[in-house]
Amino acid sequence: MKMNGAQILWECLVREGVDVVFGITGGAIMPVYHELPKFPIRHVTVRHEQAAAHAADGYARATGKVGVCMSTSGPGATNLVTGIATAQMDSSPIVAFTGQVPSAVLGTDAFQETDITGITMPITKHNYLITDVRDLAPAIREAFHIASTGRPGPVLIDITKDVQMAEIEFEYPKEINLPGYKPHTKGNIRQIRQAAQMINEAQRPLFVAGQGVLISGAERELRALAEKAQIPVVTSLLGKSAIPESHPLCLGMGGMHGEAFVNHALQEADLLVGVGARFDDRLTSTAETFAPKAKIIHIDIDPAEIGKRIPVDLPIVGDAGNVLRALIPLVKRASHKEWLAQIDEWRQDTYARDILLRETDEFIPQYVIRNIWEATEGQAIMVTDVGQNQMWEAQYYLHERPRGLITSGGLGTMGFALPAAVGVAVGRPGEPVWVVAGDGGFQMTLQELATVVQERLPLKIAILNNGYLGMVRQWQELFFEKNYSGTPILGPDFAKLAEAYGIPGITVEEKAQVPEAIKQALETEGPILLDFRIEREHNVFPIVPVGQPIDKMIRRPIDS
Amino acid sequence: MSAIPAKEGFSRRTLVALMEDKPGVLSHVVNLFRRRNYNIESLTVGHSETPGISRMTVVVYANDAVVEQVMKQLYKLINVVKVSDISDDAAVIRELALIKVHAPSSVRAEIKQLADIFRAQIVDVSRESMTIEITGTEDKVDSLIEILRPFGIKELTRTGRVAMVRGALHTNGNT
Ligand SMILES: Cc1ncc(C[n+]2csc(CCOP(=O)(O)OP(=O)(O)O)c2C)c(N)n1
Ligand SMILES: [Mg+2]
Repeated sequence: MKMNGAQILWECLVREGVDVVFGITGGAIMPVYHELPKFPIRHVTVRHEQAAAHAADGYARATGKVGVCMSTSGPGATNLVTGIATAQMDSSPIVAFTGQVPSAVLGTDAFQETDITGITMPITKHNYLITDVRDLAPAIREAFHIASTGRPGPVLIDITKDVQMAEIEFEYPKEINLPGYKPHTKGNIRQIRQAAQMINEAQRPLFVAGQGVLISGAERELRALAEKAQIPVVTSLLGKSAIPESHPLCLGMGGMHGEAFVNHALQEADLLVGVGARFDDRLTSTAETFAPKAKIIHIDIDPAEIGKRIPVDLPIVGDAGNVLRALIPLVKRASHKEWLAQIDEWRQDTYARDILLRETDEFIPQYVIRNIWEATEGQAIMVTDVGQNQMWEAQYYLHERPRGLITSGGLGTMGFALPAAVGVAVGRPGEPVWVVAGDGGFQMTLQELATVVQERLPLKIAILNNGYLGMVRQWQELFFEKNYSGTPILGPDFAKLAEAYGIPGITVEEKAQVPEAIKQALETEGPILLDFRIEREHNVFPIVPVGQPIDKMIRRPIDS
Repeated sequence: MSAIPAKEGFSRRTLVALMEDKPGVLSHVVNLFRRRNYNIESLTVGHSETPGISRMTVVVYANDAVVEQVMKQLYKLINVVKVSDISDDAAVIRELALIKVHAPSSVRAEIKQLADIFRAQIVDVSRESMTIEITGTEDKVDSLIEILRPFGIKELTRTGRVAMVRGALHTNGNT
């Protein structure tokens, strides 16, 4: 059948099983938008292209499917960049389409021309510039394959306007021809046997579970292995929810803002088994001081992550689920009584310092998070922004379901939460989705409130409003002589702002009003915004100062 | 060739990569080296024996850990098919240089003699200059350049290393 490039694009998306695209139109992508109504694909018009990329990313993380975003050339394309970089750092499978000026004027600084393939080269898994319509369908097929297999990541396809309009006899490419792309998913059996032996011999073993467990869908295998050999599990920020966080073997998040007992466990372990985690600096602090007593087994699908930051005793390249499945029968039952007892002792000490034990009227953010957690029974999909709010959520919301936390870990992109939650709500309709954001980050992308209303997305939005770029203010307080340079910020009346968009808003002035406000949020059918006016200068503890080993943290003061 | 201070465990390592001959592949490679902060000393690319596959020889100043990372990162590029470190293999390593020296008639004979010693060719002569072509190891090329320097080098271009493993082994799959 004869089809033009625009029709081919949509036809290929339909065949890839795409049901929604996030984007904004414009001159260089108009032919594509012109064909859209003929195809069974939902389009969510966002209010800024950054939000399109974050929404595609949120959709991908929440569903495990490829998220798709789209923009015009030039400023539309450059607006996608932050979102693409965010997806790249957190291995999120998205495919971004950008319109490009006609190939006849490529390279002439034509109106709204920008070299988006050049710009995104270091922040995509792969990208394409399509100047011949015959290359389009194969590129789209490859892009979805590359984005979603191996270590997932973003792929960008830049399509000149003439290609969008050029007609050819359409034929769906039968196969993918990528001789240089063959992810290793199996895991070497000799290494797996050796790993089993190391695990069987360890006295103080510990899993370090990252997002790779979730991407692979290996939660059951991780849990089975942890239970069989009684091996406790520490997670990275993105690894949260890889094991139900109420599970006795789940210690929670380690690293810069990990609880003391978690970091002690990391430093005292004699064997760490990293699964789909990249041992980044937020988890390990300085590489030389990390886990000094431990041998390290590193299971990852990306060979380049193994040995990149931390010297590894045993590498296993493969898919987390495959490798764990192979390990389960080889690992002996064990109880690790002493080790677990030791961890429990540290844990009790941490619990004794829990700030929520304090009898105080101070409007502390942890109280807000704990209340949301209780009200949602750990079942909500929490989409968090960046800064203190992100860490309080990570410390006080225990996720019971896989993919329960969606947050920008690697890039730490303020403004991520609301647009990402748009994608989450679209991808997981009928599920409770909460946004937790700071007053700073929320103001970076709040224009998406309009998208929330237009698309009827029942988001529960909680702003932890401290009137500061709080995490930076905290660093200034602790490490920069309390010099609050550039961190006090004014915000609008968020409740009124929400109302201006047609979303009910509640200002929560004090701690005592928190449970009622959250109850009301849950009872509201559509979206609602809660503006929690928390203590202005409250800090995230523990915190490991930069350059210190992770067990040399500044702990939560017992009383103040 | 470079002003990089010697670092312990670091040396010049020769990697050979085979990659699909598609637009943008070379920029992906160059971008990778820049972004990851690897020190490239030279990089040459051209066709290989297989149509559609180009062959790149790259010399990096690196230690074992860095070489391992470079290779893994190169492999991650979708269009890179094969990467080998041939630093420790017996290999034929060559570089080509063109050197234009200041050469008034009074010194031409002397320059010619020097070139002969290095088995270099005189490929162009003008009233004031001679252009010499030399092929050989980097050391040999370096030496000739040093010897010619007192005459006044007006222009110099070097290709960087190209390399091939000796004997029946080949880089194209089963080494
Ligand atoms: C786009 C972007 N700009 C700047 C930063 C640096 N940064 C990290 S946390 C933070 C403060 C965030 O303030 P807010 O959103 O109010 O959250 P809080 O820490 O107060 O909870 C800043 C500025 C960032 N991570 N992302
Ligand atoms: Mg704030």
